[in-house]
Amino acid sequence: MGKQGRGWTVGLAGLLSPVTLWLGLFFLVPLLLILAYSFGKSGIYGGITLGFYPGNYLKVFDPLYLEIIVRTFVIALLNTFLCLLVGYPLAYFITFKGGRHKHTLILLVMIPFWTSLLLRAYAWVVILGGDNGIANRLLQFLHLTDHPLTLIFTPQAVIMGMVYSYLPFMILPLYAALEKFDWRLKEAAQDLGASRWHTFWRVTFPLSLPGVIAGSILVFIPSAGEFVIPNLLGGARTVMVGNLIQQQFLQARDWAFGSALAVMLAVLLVGAIMFYVRRVGADKLEEV
Amino acid sequence: MGGAKGGPVYRGVQKVPDRVLLVFAGLVYLFLYAPIMVLIIFSFNSTKNTQVWTGFSTQWYGALIRDGSVLNAFKLSLTVGLTATAIATVIGTFTALALSRYEFRGKTFADSAIYAATVMPEIVVGVSLLVFFVAATIPLGIVTIVIAHVAFCISFVTIVVRARLSGMDRSVEEAAQDLGANPVQTFLRVTLPLILPGVMAGALLAFTLSFDDFVITFFVAGVGSSTLPLKIYSMIKFGVSPVINALSTVVMVSTMILILGGGRILARRQGNAS
Repeated sequence: MGKQGRGWTVGLAGLLSPVTLWLGLFFLVPLLLILAYSFGKSGIYGGITLGFYPGNYLKVFDPLYLEIIVRTFVIALLNTFLCLLVGYPLAYFITFKGGRHKHTLILLVMIPFWTSLLLRAYAWVVILGGDNGIANRLLQFLHLTDHPLTLIFTPQAVIMGMVYSYLPFMILPLYAALEKFDWRLKEAAQDLGASRWHTFWRVTFPLSLPGVIAGSILVFIPSAGEFVIPNLLGGARTVMVGNLIQQQFLQARDWAFGSALAVMLAVLLVGAIMFYVRRVGADKLEEV
Repeated sequence: MGGAKGGPVYRGVQKVPDRVLLVFAGLVYLFLYAPIMVLIIFSFNSTKNTQVWTGFSTQWYGALIRDGSVLNAFKLSLTVGLTATAIATVIGTFTALALSRYEFRGKTFADSAIYAATVMPEIVVGVSLLVFFVAATIPLGIVTIVIAHVAFCISFVTIVVRARLSGMDRSVEEAAQDLGANPVQTFLRVTLPLILPGVMAGALLAFTLSFDDFVITFFVAGVGSSTLPLKIYSMIKFGVSPVINALSTVVMVSTMILILGGGRILARRQGNAS
């Protein structure tokens, strides 16, 4: 960056002003607004009085709501873990055993990733629904049950829909990380007498950590904020924070409490990511 | 197969995990595709049943075409998608240029703001925009949908274009300027053609994100305007029907054509450019 004259400043200002204006006005200001609203007081008819009322945040600790928040994090964590459990072997398979079909195999993971989340959830509404539904007939055919089960509107259905929807988000960064893997390291470890199992846990897995971190973040954040999947596949026992926020804004019209929930969700997620990244090492994420 | 490179000692033990891995991979692909296949197959069912096959028919596609509200939702999604993509692509490309070509104070903040916008949960973005539009007394409708879509697409375009810019050879630009081209000429004649594949990839990503978005749109659309995902959602809420299967099939097949076709064109251009 040699010349920093007037043209330089004008150029930079010209390039940056549209994004500053748009994201400032339509991303940052709205976030600050819900932060302000979260300390406000909702009127009976949906209006809001600004001020400093911590009541909305205290309400979060009401056992009724606390249960929903805990459940949300349990579901999101379980989903992240399951995606990693299913996604890692597949990413490993594609990278190291895919051979000349590698690109086709990864494309096959990307195609469902590009189709709408809503339609993927609908597919499970169809499959799990009804006593004579596809899933129930399959379970009976495999002799796993002798009578139709209630499959839809259960916590299991929500988890199923989530793993199905978010699996590609885990596989793609894992593949990107494993792709960069230097074969010679593995050969060196094995030449030095490490078993296959040892080589994996001591060499391959630690080197793929950037992918594990990126994939976990990409799965965890949207699943903690999810409201479509629990709405379509879950029942009363699977209400998540996302559903609660939606209810506060569109049905209960308690915008102050809804804002407090949204702020809390954003802060908890950012906190969780920072904790996770610091735990595993920020330098690892730099490489992603 | 790379696994055999480990040395003769392990060759015997390796065969078993490899086979297990192959079967596992097959099952994961089955898991990824079976539900989509079920949707497509039952869109051709002859009765209203979406789970028991009764015979072949294309009547649900006919019903879909005759449903004016679906067509209107599709048109709205297309209008919103194209408008939001155009705006977000220009702003995102400018931002990428600023971030990769300039060193300035607050750059780290700008960087984190771009990433924050991609990881912020959609529901938080959705409700905060709703609160903002209501407070600013901007009536909810197509305008607010476009504003919201541009806001979440900018970051993605920026990231994609920036990746392309960082891999670019700067000496061509310097050569153009040494030969007397002004910054605008250099950008239009040299930089833009070189980063065009990245810009187009960013635009394609922005369009798909906009066309598919449900959560944010759900909060900022208001009552009158229904995009395709909003329409699909209300149809699912109303009840399972083969018409939704037919619509799903059309949407999925066209997305696939768009991505695969777009990807192929981009790959060809990328080949020419480098």
